[in-house]
Formats: sequence, C-alpha cells, structure tokens
Amino acid sequence: MSQLIVVGISDYKFTKGPEVIVTYALGSCVGVCLYDKVTKIGGLSHIMLPDSTNFSAQDINRKKFADTALVDLVQEMKNAGVRNNRVVAKIAGGAQMFAVQPGSKLGAIGERNIDCVKKALSQLRIPILAEDTGLNFGRTQYFDLETGIMKIQSLNRRIEEF
Amino acid sequence: MFNNYEELSDMQIDVLREIGNIGAGNAATALATILDEKVDMNVPSVRITGFDEAVQALGGAETMTVAVLVNFSGDGNGMIMFLLNIKDAKSIMDILVGEDDSEDLSEMKISGIKEIGNILSSSYVNAISALTGLNIQVSVPFIAIDMVGALMSVPIIEFGAIGDKLMFIEENFKGETNDLKSNMIMFAEINTLKIIMQKLGLEI
Repeated sequence: MSQLIVVGISDYKFTKGPEVIVTYALGSCVGVCLYDKVTKIGGLSHIMLPDSTNFSAQDINRKKFADTALVDLVQEMKNAGVRNNRVVAKIAGGAQMFAVQPGSKLGAIGERNIDCVKKALSQLRIPILAEDTGLNFGRTQYFDLETGIMKIQSLNRRIEEF
Repeated sequence: MFNNYEELSDMQIDVLREIGNIGAGNAATALATILDEKVDMNVPSVRITGFDEAVQALGGAETMTVAVLVNFSGDGNGMIMFLLNIKDAKSIMDILVGEDDSEDLSEMKISGIKEIGNILSSSYVNAISALTGLNIQVSVPFIAIDMVGALMSVPIIEFGAIGDKLMFIEENFKGETNDLKSNMIMFAEINTLKIIMQKLGLEI
C-alpha cells in the first residue's frame, strides 16, 4: 500500500503510479485529475476560483485559479516526461453547499468553477473522461495513479469510482 | 494601513478580538435564553491562517458538521457561521421540542437549528452595529450538514481570493449543565475591517 499524497486547497501535486493522490472535502472547489496512462504520471489540482484575470499578477497564487493552475500543472507534467496529447482529465466538486437564492454570487461559484475548469481543459486540448460535479454535497477525491481511477467519497453516498 | 489579513497589527487584532467578544457575548446571551441555561464562553480567538489550517482548526476536513450560514451586508460585508456537531444539534432540539427515536435530525429539527443560527447571528451583528454605528443587514439563514472542509470552502472562496490567508474570529459556547458545544465564526472583508477600525477612532 502506497502512501497517500495529500493536496491542500489551492495547491496541486503530481507523481507517478503506484502512488495515490487525495484531496479532502471538496465543496465548491473543483478537483482536477490529469493522467497519462503510458507513464502513469498523474496530477491533482484543487482549484478554488475560476478566473485570475480580475486580480493583479503579483497578488495571485497561480495554483488557486482554473485559468492558471492547469496550464502550470500540465507544463510541469510535460517537463517530467508526459506527452501533452496523452493527457486525460477527470473532475469532481463544484457543489453548491448552501441552498442560497438562485442567481446570488455565492450560489453560482461552484458552477463557475466547473465552467472555467472545462474551458481551461478545452484550451489545453485535454479530454474529460469522467466528472462528478455540481449538486449540493462535499466530496473527497482519491486518484489512483496505478489505474487512473478517480474515487469519490461523500457522507451520504456510497463510494463511487470513475 | 493593511491590505490583507496578514498585515493586521497586534493592536488591530486585539480590537478584532474585542469586537468578537461583544458580538459573541450578545449571541451567547441569546443562546442562554433559548436553552434556558447558563452558557459559557471564552475570550474569542482571532485566527489568521492558511486555508487548510483553518479547516484543521475546526476539527479536520472530513468531520461531519451542521453549519448555519448568514451573510451580512450594508456598511460592512461578511459572513457568520454557527457550527455544531450532529449530536449536539440533536440534543439542543431535544431540549426545545422533545426527544424522538431517530438518530438523525428530522426536517423540523433542522429548521429549528437554522432558526437558532439566525437568532445568534443577528444578535452578533446587532452588537457590532450598535458599537460602531454601522448600518448592517443580515441575510436569511442557510443550513447544510456535510464535511466541515466542504462547508468552509464557501467562506474560503469568498474571503480568500487575495492572499493565501483567511481571517476569522472564533468563539466557542458551552452549555453549563449539559455540555452542549457550539461554535460561531465571523469573517469580514478587509475593507469592512478598515471601516470598523475607523469608526472606533483607530489609526489604520
């Protein structure tokens, strides 16, 4: 049994099978698993916010935003030997944790995170093989680099594999 | 002058602690009235921490928690969360409306907890309004039961856009006779902290 590699909020990490990467209790944040099955190199990015363009460059942590974190993670994985055209993605999270009124800024953030992650992946030409997103509950996301399987654990749902 | 939470001076943090004390003191009084028993509270903690540490401080990412969330807006903008574990939430409602056999919280009891969170948050905000003269309105309350990390993603996203630290003022309540524990945390925008300090006549 390999050790769990833990990714915190607005952070990313990548490594190689047989390691398992995990990020705990995604709420409105989105967890993005990127995987190259040939090298078994995979990364997990815990995205907190959709878009860095409203902030001045020196203020931002690039690992926090969908539009910056994924570009950087893919570049680092490429430097480690991954070929871009082999990378695939599985995503989870982006829930609306509290039932706020429709249309409020607070309620829409999970959805906007999902949209911006999808946009960033599409710009990187990375296909999304599976997603477990939206709805109203938290998710812990495990990413097994031996198999490329994303496992999602929630409080009121059995563990699901993607 | 501070532009993010990390730049708050010790004296400014002392002021925030006192604001938390006044807000939470008023909320504790309300809780004591609701429960009809004495409620103990300590000096509040002003936490300026990384996002993961904030979640850790509230029991760890996957801890199942009941959270009532109230936004406040107007002259000051922020959020108050009333947090407690399922067991204590159930015990409080058992005291108020009587016991039932269920291990879970019934819909009716969930809505009761939501109303308590609403009353406590309003008490908290009213005390700050009275102290500072700021005109602040509170939203309707929202409730969720989930992993505390997932619940905390909401204020983290709201107040963590700039910088990698979060500021919240935390107060723990404890019922004197039945050991019921609950927790109130208050988040405020940087600008709101500046306005509050100006209103209190402090250099910022």
